[in-house]
Amino acid sequence: MLTREEVDHVAFLARLGLSDAERERLRAELGSILEYMRVLERLDTAAIPPTAQVIPLHNVLRDDTVRPSLPVAEVLANAPAREEDYFRVAPVLE
Amino acid sequence: MAESDTELTRWTLLEAREHLRARAVSAVELTEAYLARIERVESAVRAFLTITAEQARAQARAADARRAAGEDAPLLGLPIALKDVLCTAGVRTTCGSRILEGFVPPYDATAVARLAAAGAVFLGKTNMDEFAMGSSTENSAFFPTRNPWDLERVPGGSSGGSAAAVAALEAPASLGTDTGGSIRQPAALCGVVGLKPTYGRVSRYGLVAFASSLDQIGPFARTAADCALLLAVLAGADPCDSTALPAPVPDYLAELAGDLRGLRVGVPREYFGSGLEPGVEAAVRAALATLEALGAAVDEVSLPHTEYGVAAYYLIAPAEASANLARYDGVKYGYAVPAPTLLDSYFRTRAEGFGPEVKRRIMLGTYALSAGYYDAYYLKAQKVRTLIKDDFDRAFERFDVLATPTSPTVAFRLGERLSDPLAMYLSDVCTIPVNLAGLPGLSVPCGFVDGLPVGLQLIGPPLSEGLLLRVAQRYQDATDWHRRYPSLSAEY
Repeated sequence: MLTREEVDHVAFLARLGLSDAERERLRAELGSILEYMRVLERLDTAAIPPTAQVIPLHNVLRDDTVRPSLPVAEVLANAPAREEDYFRVAPVLE
Repeated sequence: MAESDTELTRWTLLEAREHLRARAVSAVELTEAYLARIERVESAVRAFLTITAEQARAQARAADARRAAGEDAPLLGLPIALKDVLCTAGVRTTCGSRILEGFVPPYDATAVARLAAAGAVFLGKTNMDEFAMGSSTENSAFFPTRNPWDLERVPGGSSGGSAAAVAALEAPASLGTDTGGSIRQPAALCGVVGLKPTYGRVSRYGLVAFASSLDQIGPFARTAADCALLLAVLAGADPCDSTALPAPVPDYLAELAGDLRGLRVGVPREYFGSGLEPGVEAAVRAALATLEALGAAVDEVSLPHTEYGVAAYYLIAPAEASANLARYDGVKYGYAVPAPTLLDSYFRTRAEGFGPEVKRRIMLGTYALSAGYYDAYYLKAQKVRTLIKDDFDRAFERFDVLATPTSPTVAFRLGERLSDPLAMYLSDVCTIPVNLAGLPGLSVPCGFVDGLPVGLQLIGPPLSEGLLLRVAQRYQDATDWHRRYPSLSAEY
């Protein structure tokens, strides 16, 4: 079972605002899900390399050349708030 | 044309293409038949979030004009539905989430652009579990889609809308996406064919990301041959996706030819455990007997780490999702809650914009990656992923394809698994290992239990889609499950 502090810490990292009810529900649900995950401890994986991705491609690069991209107007078209060519947000600091 | 709407909507994609090429029907007539069908049954099935009727009519007129000018293209005039996780320029794309409720992409996903270049007509965007997280389409922020075979049951998920649309004859084919089974499982529950290609076979550019090392786009249709037609258009390298494989694209339609004599089919014993419903097992074993009758050599094999797949997946996928969903912050697009500070607006926007399953997975993933827990959870899961992949590699030394049930059960009732997330996660026990290993997998209808469809899953080595589609099509040539229609068609 996770502590309330652990749940709050993870929610803060994830920038998720949780109601008290949600916090309690997630605390229980994550607790039982993570308990289920312990089945992985049965496996000795000390000598096993991790798989991050399954395809044999490495460092797929291209030349850094300037090409036409999305027009600024289209980039901003879905913006909840905009000002000139900027996305407008609330102040970072109060 | 004298064909009734119902007859037109029963054509496979390839049959429709023949009729279009023969000028027996126009693209406009075909599109109108599907739009009429959608209008008749959608209130019951609810497969679509957005129906693009006027755009479809315009695309159909354009297709007819091209054909009249002597042109042809692989999908010219053929109607397709698209899962709402794929970016479509100028057409609302919600990912089944309130946080993107009004989002209109400024570009087409590569997969969408390729279908459009091949002449396809787009009927609309289909319903899905929010951000592709779910196995029932009940996690859609808008409404659940219903299984056309029993409207009180789920179509599966997360591509439930795309599967149901094809099963209900609202579209001859559709696109879905599969991260842990989200094409194959709904295909099985809805009685249609669904293909998840090898990871990297189809570009993910414009696919709204859930888990970047697992996501793949793939087709739904009623025959494997139709899926081959679509895969031929979708597959191939893309400069916009550095994970898209440069491997050449075979002629998938040509690869359908050939019989199954000498085919070595492995049946992993771990997929036939206690969670498998007896009716599903019976249908799958009967399908294996059919493959034997068609000349295949069927034998048992072991994939010993199968039971660890769900645990590994539900650490890796949420971890990747927690990073991919960080962009939904109310700044660049989507739902935004005004607040005194930027940090406050992040908390409130994401609190209000995301549904409970998405929050659960973001929390799980963030936890698994966080300092102090990374080694025990995320890294451990990645090592188990290696073990699961190695199991498959070893099996493919002795077998050409593996055959399993796609889902341990038939379609369950709406609401049945919502109170227990783990029970929902276990719906994917047969499909998840295939994503972890990056292999191609498909589901083909293989029978019914009390009127509910059962799917047979075929799994192959990397880039063996041609073989999987051939096996599935030979099976379909010998059976008629795919020619049965939900009674929805009689009433509506």
